[in-house]
Amino acid sequence: MSEPSVLYDAQGPRARRRTLIGTVVALLLLAGLVFLAVRRLVDRGQFTMEKWGPLIDPDNEAFDAVWRLLREGVVNTLKAAAVAMVLSIVLGTVIAVARLSLGRVARIPLIGLVELFRGLPVVVLVYFGVRVIDDVGIDLSGWPGGQVFWGLVFGLTAYNMVVFAEVIRAGVASLPRGQREGALATGLTDGQTMRIVLLPQAFRVMLPAIISQLVVVLKDTSLVTFVANYDELLSQGDTIQRNLDNPIQTYFVVALIYIAINYTLGRLAQYIQKRQARSGRVSRPAAATAAKAAGPAQVGGGA
Amino acid sequence: MSPVLDNLDLYVDGFLTSLRIIVYSLIGCLLLGLIIAACRVSPVPPLRAFGTFWVTTFRNTPLTVVLVFCAFGLPELGINRSFFFFGVLGLILYTSAFVAEAIRAGINSVPAGQAEAARSLGLGFSLTLRDVVLPQALRTVVPPLGSVLIAMFKNSAVVGAFGVGGDLWSTGQILTSARGYETLPVFIGVAIGYLLITLPAGALLQVIERKVAIAR
Repeated sequence: MSEPSVLYDAQGPRARRRTLIGTVVALLLLAGLVFLAVRRLVDRGQFTMEKWGPLIDPDNEAFDAVWRLLREGVVNTLKAAAVAMVLSIVLGTVIAVARLSLGRVARIPLIGLVELFRGLPVVVLVYFGVRVIDDVGIDLSGWPGGQVFWGLVFGLTAYNMVVFAEVIRAGVASLPRGQREGALATGLTDGQTMRIVLLPQAFRVMLPAIISQLVVVLKDTSLVTFVANYDELLSQGDTIQRNLDNPIQTYFVVALIYIAINYTLGRLAQYIQKRQARSGRVSRPAAATAAKAAGPAQVGGGA
Repeated sequence: MSPVLDNLDLYVDGFLTSLRIIVYSLIGCLLLGLIIAACRVSPVPPLRAFGTFWVTTFRNTPLTVVLVFCAFGLPELGINRSFFFFGVLGLILYTSAFVAEAIRAGINSVPAGQAEAARSLGLGFSLTLRDVVLPQALRTVVPPLGSVLIAMFKNSAVVGAFGVGGDLWSTGQILTSARGYETLPVFIGVAIGYLLITLPAGALLQVIERKVAIAR
């Protein structure tokens, strides 16, 4: 066993023998599954260069065009995700601060807003952003990027800003009480305390959760395919496979690109979290809250 | 709001179809997630590797890509089923990775001393698991598992948008594109439909959380 587990003791000779048998059986089983899958793929002619060539063979005539489309797709996906992310963090901070500083009654509409946007599927919000905004006559086509881009960004922002509001609120709440009391005692106003003392620390604690949420935003950009034409990665893959008639191969490459980007981001979040826990610059209970918020935040997203 | 009231029967049908997608996916993703979680904590290295591979793949791929794989990839391999089947299958595969992670995190959150104490009292593997580890793990699992499942309820809209037909999302699409209603009132109706699912689910989750919560 590579990591200690609550379920098992260090193994003795008998258990090790059993594990060995299990390993062999499992390997055979998995190899059998892979074999079956590969045979199916071969039978169906899925390994021919005709299908793979445009994606992996630089000499293929379609290679350059295919990868240009994919590159554009990645850029557009990252662009929409980045803008939505920045907007969500800014608006999320505003909502969090408002919720923390308003009175009991004034807080209620904000809580309603958070519950409303958190309860809706992201794809519905993207629909509102792209189609409904257009239909009610709000013209964004003059903005750099165009109507669909901003519609997508607003849809993603509506969902993610309330997620961030919750994350940041948890971050502020996780700070030791002395931070706020100390700041107030030195004569800072409420606003200054929030801005200079509490928020910077909350952001640091919440950095892993924020990066994890970026993965969610990135994945959710692909939802726009159902609503309008925006040339993000998945739509580009769709264009490619319709022209080349190789859905499995194209979507395989598209999936690999998504996985590569998102896996890297996920590891980055983990790394930062570990480093914070080690360096002790973030207090332990705060780090624990961050870990807790990071979990659901990462899964709480849409597609 | 008259487009919604005029077509209330369509909305109700859509709501019920959405619920059907959700119920099938719920059963599927809990079972599959449990199996994957068992792989991830098993003492057998290849199974652990398989579990890690599964979770890494499906957690980092957009649900939309999983769905197009199911709907356009599988027919290429000679597997022909309805869109409903492919849609639910995609949602199950995608959600199972998150379910597995929630369960695994719960099991790992039980302090090792608990199991060690159980073993030193003479409890065997299954008794340790049943009486000591799982009851404690379950309590930690509830909040994250709940948010995974609520996210899945919402993702049923993606399955609908994918073209299953007849669910809440598709109802909205039909009313706006084929019958020419305004998008705003129609999709407010759709949004209310989803809120009718997610808000009670969220409230129920909070009640359950409070019931099983322990101070550790």
